[in-house]
Amino acid sequence: MASEIKFLYAGDTGLVMEYGREIDPAVNARVKRVCDALKADRIDGVTEILPTYRSLLVTYRPERISFEALRERLISLDAAPSKDEKTTAKVVWIPVSYGGAFGEDMPFVSAHTGLSERQIVELHSEPEYLVYMLGFLPGFPYLGGMDKRLTAPRLKNPRTKIPEGSVGIGGEQTGIYPLASPGGWQLIGRTPVRPYDPGRSKPFLYGVGDFIKFFPIDGAEYRRIEESVSRGDYICRETLKALKSRGGSE
Amino acid sequence: MGIRITNVGPLCSVQDGGRYGYAEYGFSVSGAMDLFSHRIANILVGNDRDQAAIEMTLFGLSGEFTSDAVIAITGADVSPEINGVSIPSFQAVKVKKGDMLECSFAKNGCRAYLAVNSGFYLKKVMGSLSTNLKCKIGGYMGRALKSGDLLYFNTVAPSVKRMSKRVAGLSLKIENPARLGVLLGPQDDYFTEKGIDTFFSAVYALTNESDRMGVKLDGAAVESKGGVDIISDGIPLGAVQIPASGKPIVMTADRQTVGGYAKIGTVISTDVSVLGQLRPGDSLSFYKTTPDRAKEAYMESLNILDGLDRRLNHGVFYRLKRTRL
Repeated sequence: MASEIKFLYAGDTGLVMEYGREIDPAVNARVKRVCDALKADRIDGVTEILPTYRSLLVTYRPERISFEALRERLISLDAAPSKDEKTTAKVVWIPVSYGGAFGEDMPFVSAHTGLSERQIVELHSEPEYLVYMLGFLPGFPYLGGMDKRLTAPRLKNPRTKIPEGSVGIGGEQTGIYPLASPGGWQLIGRTPVRPYDPGRSKPFLYGVGDFIKFFPIDGAEYRRIEESVSRGDYICRETLKALKSRGGSE
Repeated sequence: MGIRITNVGPLCSVQDGGRYGYAEYGFSVSGAMDLFSHRIANILVGNDRDQAAIEMTLFGLSGEFTSDAVIAITGADVSPEINGVSIPSFQAVKVKKGDMLECSFAKNGCRAYLAVNSGFYLKKVMGSLSTNLKCKIGGYMGRALKSGDLLYFNTVAPSVKRMSKRVAGLSLKIENPARLGVLLGPQDDYFTEKGIDTFFSAVYALTNESDRMGVKLDGAAVESKGGVDIISDGIPLGAVQIPASGKPIVMTADRQTVGGYAKIGTVISTDVSVLGQLRPGDSLSFYKTTPDRAKEAYMESLNILDGLDRRLNHGVFYRLKRTRL
């Protein structure tokens, strides 16, 4: 297995451990596993570990650890049998008010896909989406698993300000804007929960390897949850989902 | 007490060594754009080198001290004065309650650092005092400094020993064009041999679209083999992204954590500090370096910091420093 891993320079203080060049949940799980193992390892000199779709960016202090030593450590962490193989994953339930003023591109997405708004809501809130990675904005999830029928092009002219909590579709991807930001995705709804809140004891609702499940709510429910969120007493529903065991370990 | 700001440019913010440990949630590291000058300023006033200081961008800051302090200004030459009398940069200076500090538009360089003994009395957000302007957190109320702001210090009675020795013996030198060392990768294989030659031989100019997130360059386009789109991955400090236009963008302190453009190479950490001192219109070129030579440059820079720290501060802070993660 180790032969398919590439170790690349990311400057004099960075190392990239790359597993191929495709998006695959199994590859992402492997990245997450090495990431967790490296964190648990608490190697002196490692300053930052960033897992992405199919690679890990590790930042380090060259006076404490060398590129070569870090590479050797990562190879052995990758090869080591996992002590506690994860058999379940967290599913975070995100309420979304679809369409109307919260999803102003719903008519476009409906016209583009040939689906009714109701079908769009059903298809969008059906899957448990894997969080491959976070980036772009704090708490912005790069999700896998959207129904291909929902594919819609990005806006030709990106909006200069997309409201916090907006749920959108960009190409074959879907996601949430955790902060107000410029952006080019088609907006189909909005969530009153804050995926990222620096004032909360746990600032982030989900991390790499978790799953997100959207569920539709109406306007009244949106306002009720919004008030609860601003009081700080809204707790997102979380469930567990069974994972298929990792391939390749047999 | 501290300093009451009376005049300040548009991009002046509190920055420390950076906010580490949250990149996996999408958080930029932030921190000083010229970490070397930032650290020198801190060491001069007896601080931990990664403590928070004020980063000025081109425009100097002016303010009134509301308590005694020991300060140091490093980086760009902003012609600092106390009560109308010029004070040296790259040197610790004692100031008294009521003294007026006045800094001017940078004569050379782009960013100046003001460190005060004991540091600023501010609340850390996720382990750091760095201001993240996009997320509106850290530093002073999560924003750039404004006239009228009052920043408190952690002490009103600075006790800094060996004042006369607190001279860094350094000044900011900027070459024209500045030459930045680059290690190829992680995606240099996306570019043709001709493209890589262009990248290392061209002279690029910093455009006005350069900020703490990244430095957008104008100049010869770098040829790719078949497009520059990759599966989005992590962006290291100093990464040189080549977008569809072929014109390089160097990613700096407030960069996005992940991105989908191929990165031809990465500017070595010591030269990222040099880049932090270039302003729009300045020119630069890249040269290819090796891991060994990059390590030498890194150690040389570290030795300067360690040497100064030992000489001035007995190395106490150095010994106490621990890895962050």
